[in-house]
Amino acid sequence: MNAPVVSSRINMPGAGNASSGNALELRGITKMFGALAAISDVTLSVKPGERRAVLGSNGAGKTTLFNCITGDFLPTAGLVRFFGEDVTVFPPHERIRRGLRRTYQISSLFTGLSVMDNVYLACCGVSRNRFSLVRPRPDDALVHAAEILVAAVHLTDDKDRLVGELAYGQQRQLEVALALSGAPRFVLFDEPAAGLSPTERADLVTILTSLPAHIGFIIIEHDMDVALRVADSVTMMHNGRIFKEGRSDEIESDPEVQELYLGGGHAQH
Amino acid sequence: MSVADQAPRFTSPVEQRMWSERIPVPWWIFGLILLLLPVVANNFWLFQIMGWTFILGMIGLSLMFLAGYGGMVSLLQMSIAGMAGYMVAILGPSGAANVSLGLSWWIVIPAAFLIAALFATICGALAVRTDGIYTIMITLAIAAAFFYFTRQNYSIFNGYSGFNLVLPPKLFGVNWRAPVPFYYLTLACAVLCYGAVVYLARAPFGLALQGVRDNPRRMAALGFNVTAHRVAAYALTSVFASAGGILLVWQNAQIAPGTIGVSSAIDVLVVAVVGGIRRPLGPFIGAFIYVLLQVFSTDILGFFGFAADRFKLIIGIGFLAIVLFSPDGVLGLWDRWRAGVAARKAAATGGGA
Ligand SMILES: Nc1ncnc2c1ncn2[C@@H]1O[C@H](COP(=O)(O)OP(=O)(O)O)[C@@H](O)[C@H]1O
Ligand SMILES: [Mg+2]
Repeated sequence: MNAPVVSSRINMPGAGNASSGNALELRGITKMFGALAAISDVTLSVKPGERRAVLGSNGAGKTTLFNCITGDFLPTAGLVRFFGEDVTVFPPHERIRRGLRRTYQISSLFTGLSVMDNVYLACCGVSRNRFSLVRPRPDDALVHAAEILVAAVHLTDDKDRLVGELAYGQQRQLEVALALSGAPRFVLFDEPAAGLSPTERADLVTILTSLPAHIGFIIIEHDMDVALRVADSVTMMHNGRIFKEGRSDEIESDPEVQELYLGGGHAQH
Repeated sequence: MSVADQAPRFTSPVEQRMWSERIPVPWWIFGLILLLLPVVANNFWLFQIMGWTFILGMIGLSLMFLAGYGGMVSLLQMSIAGMAGYMVAILGPSGAANVSLGLSWWIVIPAAFLIAALFATICGALAVRTDGIYTIMITLAIAAAFFYFTRQNYSIFNGYSGFNLVLPPKLFGVNWRAPVPFYYLTLACAVLCYGAVVYLARAPFGLALQGVRDNPRRMAALGFNVTAHRVAAYALTSVFASAGGILLVWQNAQIAPGTIGVSSAIDVLVVAVVGGIRRPLGPFIGAFIYVLLQVFSTDILGFFGFAADRFKLIIGIGFLAIVLFSPDGVLGLWDRWRAGVAARKAAATGGGA
């Protein structure tokens, strides 16, 4: 029932270079905003194909951590390795071309373009067609890839509509589609389920669980229901530091976590 | 500003029509008028007014591409055009035989385009790391530096006097500087440049450039090298500016530092903004208005009892009015007028039904 959303082709530079064996490895990452340490001394590693949930209250530093991984911000201190390669000071596009992808907590889309054009742009960004001066033909491979992604997030009926006219939930799903272009190896999802309807949530879970097994991801998610269903392991953050890590089932039954997350109105499963 | 103006729509095959069917009727009429203009217009109109309009329009178009699609307001476009024009005079034959190399046109013209592109790329690389007002300042500074350099350098640019007797090659035995051939030559170049911009706006490069303008951070997160894309835009637009610059040298049969002075650099911005900097047609409309005002300023100003050299005053007031009342230029006014007519029509039919 789920057609493959993304190609499983791996031909990125650095593929197979598994000196550390990790898809992503962070060592002592610290990010200061003036005197404020948004994250301090975060050390974390994620294996290829692993799915990790990052939990933590607002302001815990989760989004900042993502920004340091993608290069949107350079960390004040620390090291980022992506598939064994030190990418700490690489510009974002170099990391993206190596198979890293991300979504934004606040949708960051091209609202003046159609749905199809947004996804087509994402497909161009990770191909050699970036600088192409030739318009795509309808049978263009990238157009085809974009159509598959649009279908995967159930936007085929709206593919010619301007993104600015879409409903909020649809924009959130488009945000996910943009992060799955090309041949991703590791994806960072920043609260993709926030504000989605129950149906849209279920769709999102289906998309995430049916990603090819080699694609690992980190998902920031407040909804434990979503987080624990898609992730194998959990990292808890508080005040810019990691304070607990473990398998999803361990975390789920951890009394401290129960207190924080499952004690309130969230325990609906 | 959003990308909507040039949004490519991947129409389904059923909707695909012949390209000729997609061009609206008014455009066919407009095209026919331009083609047949030499039948009715005199040499002055063909060579001076229309020729100059097309040339200035092409240089303005290169700015429109950078500013409208890329969000980069560059005052360098006249310098890039001037570089190409100078190269034609320096590498080819001219009246300054001791400086000009006198090479044949089939080396000179490609070399002029290449050197201007290189110049644009280097200047672009300097300018793209800045934003907004700082882009304007740095490009203005480069334009001024280039102007003073050409004025003081005698070994290459022949200093203050520049080059005269720079004539187009007599290709196919035609004197391309004669009014009718020159009219068609500039018309053809303008149409080619216009078509190229319309086409490129929807090709991956142009689309991505508009993405870079609207959301550079997201573009980087999609794998685009934002800086490289901006520099490449400078290189690409140098083609339109160079075409205009070479034709300008041929039209005047000369080039000197005055051609590329700071006021000319600003005129290009004025032309593009007055016409409408968001659409490729805008600079041509702006150029036409500019040229008419320039040429007939003596009559207009005399009518109101001003001296003819107050021409810049009219341009300046017009520029202010446009910026204040229609950020989208004359084309924006036209759009609003049409929307108003359509709304009134709809109201009228709605009332009758
Ligand atoms: N660009 C920024 N400039 C200054 N402070 C920031 C910036 N981004 C985040 N912060 C601060 O860093 C801390 C962590 O924020 P963030 O990473 O967004 O948390 P989370 O995503 O876990 O809610 C917060 O105190 C926030 O105010
Ligand atoms: Mg956040």
